[in-house]
Amino acid sequence: MSQKNTTVEHWDSVIESKHSLFDINLKELWHYRDLLVLFVRRDFVTVYKQTILGPLWFFIQPLLTTITFTIIFGNVAQLSTEGAPKIIFYMAGITLWNYFSTCLTTVSGVFNANASIFGKVYFPRLIMPLTIVISNLMKFAVQFLLFVGFVGYFTFQNEIQPNSWILLTPFIIILMALISMGIGLILSSMTTKYKDLNQLIGFGVQLFMYATPVIYPSSSVPQDYQWLVELNPLVGLFDYMRYAYLGIGDFDFSNLVYPSLFSIVILALGILVFNKTQKTFMDTV
Amino acid sequence: MSKVVIKAEHISKQYRLGLVGTGTVRDDMKRWWYNLRGKEDPFLKIGEANDRSSKGESDYVWSLRDINFEINQGDSVGIIGRNGAGKSTLLKILSQVTQPTTGKIYTKGRIASLLEVGTGFHPEMTGRENIYLNGAILGMRKHEITRKFDEIVAFSGVERYIDTPVKRYSSGMYVRLAFAVAAHLESEILIVDEVLAVGDAEFQKKCLGKMNDVSKGEGRTVLFVSHSMASVKKLCNKGIVLHHGETVFNGNVESAINYYENNLIATDRNLSIEYSDSPSLPMQIKSVNLLNSKLNKLFTTEDELVFEFEFLTRENVEGAYITIDLKDSNDELVYWSGDYTSDRFKNKVIGHSKLLCKLPKGLLTSGIYNVSFAVYSPVKGVVQNEFSKIISFEIEESQHSYLSQFNINYPGRIGIPSQWIHIE
Repeated sequence: MSQKNTTVEHWDSVIESKHSLFDINLKELWHYRDLLVLFVRRDFVTVYKQTILGPLWFFIQPLLTTITFTIIFGNVAQLSTEGAPKIIFYMAGITLWNYFSTCLTTVSGVFNANASIFGKVYFPRLIMPLTIVISNLMKFAVQFLLFVGFVGYFTFQNEIQPNSWILLTPFIIILMALISMGIGLILSSMTTKYKDLNQLIGFGVQLFMYATPVIYPSSSVPQDYQWLVELNPLVGLFDYMRYAYLGIGDFDFSNLVYPSLFSIVILALGILVFNKTQKTFMDTV
Repeated sequence: MSKVVIKAEHISKQYRLGLVGTGTVRDDMKRWWYNLRGKEDPFLKIGEANDRSSKGESDYVWSLRDINFEINQGDSVGIIGRNGAGKSTLLKILSQVTQPTTGKIYTKGRIASLLEVGTGFHPEMTGRENIYLNGAILGMRKHEITRKFDEIVAFSGVERYIDTPVKRYSSGMYVRLAFAVAAHLESEILIVDEVLAVGDAEFQKKCLGKMNDVSKGEGRTVLFVSHSMASVKKLCNKGIVLHHGETVFNGNVESAINYYENNLIATDRNLSIEYSDSPSLPMQIKSVNLLNSKLNKLFTTEDELVFEFEFLTRENVEGAYITIDLKDSNDELVYWSGDYTSDRFKNKVIGHSKLLCKLPKGLLTSGIYNVSFAVYSPVKGVVQNEFSKIISFEIEESQHSYLSQFNINYPGRIGIPSQWIHIE
């Protein structure tokens, strides 16, 4: 809804077809903040209802993936972990990557997944991607706790040396959230019209994991491909995790400049595209 | 003059039909190219009126075309039209679920739309949690819901189960709870789409009552879409008739309903239908004819109603019989009959057969009726079922009846005379 005055009378809102690209109603979004909270609550309460292990699933999944990766990439393929214990090395990557990939895939399918609600009632559609990012943040927090537990154990064993950089963690998480949401929003607008993209995103994200230093340190990338590493905005974030918590690799503030700029640009772009799509997607979905 | 709260100017809505495939990419590019050069969307010039019965030439149809109206505060407006007339599209645009292709709608005040009850209800959550979630989806703030919570629960009548997951609710309870939330929205304009089709009769009455209070008592504006002319008449004071996406009538509700019944329903009185030959069906109706001796397709309450069937059995389906579903103009089933008493059924006739179905004399009172036919087996399920094919006819009060001399129509739907016996 846009606030406008006609020449004769005052109207509260105007429904029309032409919208400016930058017509994003933040005031309205703010009005619906309770809905955001309730959606997040719903996600959290309902996911594991009527499952036997309940919230334990939050732990089981990253733990099993870590063990699998440790065996396959660590022991069979013998990829370098730069001297850090394998378990904690992979767990650092997986915890962060899980959050990114879940947010990205869920946000990109947001229109299709919510078509039945979107088709029946209006509320600022941006609430839904925000819900996804925040709900997953809660899940991430639980998994992160597990990771911190392991970090504590290995520190105690004197195998890794976390440093004061860990204080920056919230900022890194926010960057992760913004980037995944931004890319997800852009993709979401395309998947509504071209369903083929859903297939592509599924394995695209999987492939992207191998292009990101999740299971290997970025330093192990051959010189010829370093430029690829530099293009990937996620590299700095994974490097950060290992540097701050495991004390391996190189890291300083300059590594965060590119991811920060990237996150702002991609999110802004995502919101613009999403905002344009939300007005007509019901006709194509 | 009362205050105008909704003003629609030149509202049109175009849809693309058919599969979304390579054509969309090409059209999108073309659209984008025109847009880039500041020209009008080339696809706005094409497209045709939305008539579902005939296959059109173009991939683009206009679901709504140049709709203009004004609605005053406190009015309750019924939007009437046949299926596909554009009613739902109009409501969707008004509730901002989709946007018009062209045109503008100006509104004053908060709009709450109820295109469905219980949107966003989660089966695993309790009634209480769902009230909050659904309320928030409909645009209420949390404190508003808290303030109205007791009222909502009382209206729904599910106090005992309020902390039980709604998946344990009966469908009636579910609908009651959902409507209760919506009914307590504090909005100036309420948009309602046939949600009353669900729920038991008593609750429907309660909802209609509540909506009546809303529009008459509280001065709120209500827009109501329904196929039930009875509910529209009960609830609305204004009516807008849509036909093939255009407004054909806009005025008070009685005239609107009359216009609809006389011009849109009457023109397609249809006394015979033919079904296409479907070799895959083991049994099928080939054609149905409502026999009549008159030219004007009007029957009187004295006339005998006889349906003539041509029927083909390729192979016998166990227990399959032909059915007649006779509905009144409110789309309510008045009468049903199956041919399981016929010789065709008993002798399991193979090949072509011809049947007559004579309705009991005086069965129906005056009015408009729609009949659809099917072949059904209680053992194997539906054999043939094409509810889009309809015989439609109208019955007038016979001039020879006792009541008609006083210009009274026989009330009710069923006109079979009773025996009145004077015993003392």
